Amino acid sequence: MERDDLIVNESYALNAKHDEAAGKQIRKKLYAVTVLLTVITIIEVFMGVAFKRNGTFTWEAIKLTFLVLTLVKAAYIVLIFMHLGDERKNLKYVVLLPYALFIMYLIFIGLYEGVSVQTGHNIFG
Amino acid sequence: MAGQAEHVTKDELWGGNRSPFSVSYGKMMMWFFLVSDALTFGGLLTAYGVIRHGSSDLWPVGEQVFEALPGLHGSYPLMYVALMTFILIISSVTMVLAVEAGHRMDKKGVVKWLGLTIIGGFFFLASQAWEWSHFIHGSGGGFQVNQPMTVAAADDAGNTYQITLDNGTWVHMTSDFGHKYEHAMEAAEEPVAHDEHGGHGEHAAAETHEDISTMVPEEIILNKYTLEHRDGKDLRKLVVKGEDAKKIWAAMEPGSMAFGANMHKNEYAIQQQYANFFFFVTGFHGFHVFSGVLINIIVWLMAIKGVFEARGHYETIEKIGLYWHFVDLVWVFVFTFFYLI
Repeated sequence: MERDDLIVNESYALNAKHDEAAGKQIRKKLYAVTVLLTVITIIEVFMGVAFKRNGTFTWEAIKLTFLVLTLVKAAYIVLIFMHLGDERKNLKYVVLLPYALFIMYLIFIGLYEGVSVQTGHNIFG
Repeated sequence: MAGQAEHVTKDELWGGNRSPFSVSYGKMMMWFFLVSDALTFGGLLTAYGVIRHGSSDLWPVGEQVFEALPGLHGSYPLMYVALMTFILIISSVTMVLAVEAGHRMDKKGVVKWLGLTIIGGFFFLASQAWEWSHFIHGSGGGFQVNQPMTVAAADDAGNTYQITLDNGTWVHMTSDFGHKYEHAMEAAEEPVAHDEHGGHGEHAAAETHEDISTMVPEEIILNKYTLEHRDGKDLRKLVVKGEDAKKIWAAMEPGSMAFGANMHKNEYAIQQQYANFFFFVTGFHGFHVFSGVLINIIVWLMAIKGVFEARGHYETIEKIGLYWHFVDLVWVFVFTFFYLI
């Protein structure tokens, strides 16, 4: 059996090499993403310390902001660091669509069942 | 870069003899593995959300539980975990730089950046070890009261409230008193154990501890880790002093006292799910980091030996890079759900 990692075929990413000039460009992008991720983390920690958790509308808005910032960070990690943004479109869909579908279903089920549990608590104590 | 979108017709793409995704089998399988692993973590975090939402007891607040720094007294909410997050992000950057160096067939660059990634991984693991040890050790311990009572409690700003404690309310000791009491309690239990093994009696006697039956705290803390809505106010960390503290102490439910956290008891909340989720999710993530570091070390040694140079490509760095970035990705979510929200 042929070893997959030894096949050097035009269609594979194995020979996706670049020269020093292209590398410089890529590194510039990577450093920019690093700064962005660090700044977002600092903002998150600052918000977590500055705004106190309570039942107000402000805190609900902060929570939503945390979720959005987290998804922004996740998108940069997946698309830039993991290079998914540079992959062929069909690979992107094969990775992202099943995950999005299942996780949305899971969260839906969680919320739905969680409400039933709450209702049970309210009725039976 | 990987799998460039060179134009290929549909027939050619799916007609066999090539990868329709333009990636090698190994890299594609790494992606599929990561999707399944991400579902595992997604399931854990969703379960955490459901349990937290459905909890009838107060849930601990991240910034009140995680506010310590190694070797320092005082309150530094979220600073330590922010540092851990930063370490992991930086080690992710060094990893992607190793991947980039691999694309240029730059052996020296790969060895340098992958080496730094391994160091970052070790730093993160060490930080997590400290975090766990602090969580397990606790900061003072807590107990439940076994009868309702009304006490005067003051907040940081000096406002005093008349607080009615229900039967079973979870209250806390100060860390100074709590640690002293914990040690005295252990010392009270120790002589029996030492007698069984023999020879250690002298050592146990050398340490002097107060008699636990006469120890009385000067302060008791309410809502140390939690936030309570009461009469339209948000109450957190109230201090009860003097006679009222003694009153609470006298009403301690026997056997309810907990110091730090273990699999059965924890000082952070009445319900155990909080500590169990913390242990399981951060532990499962930490185990991923640990295996990542091991894999990185193996591949680093291979790179030094020139295995990839001889192979003609550094794709293995890309594959382990995917795994390492995934570990960072998971931490981004754990950070949000366990510490921020």
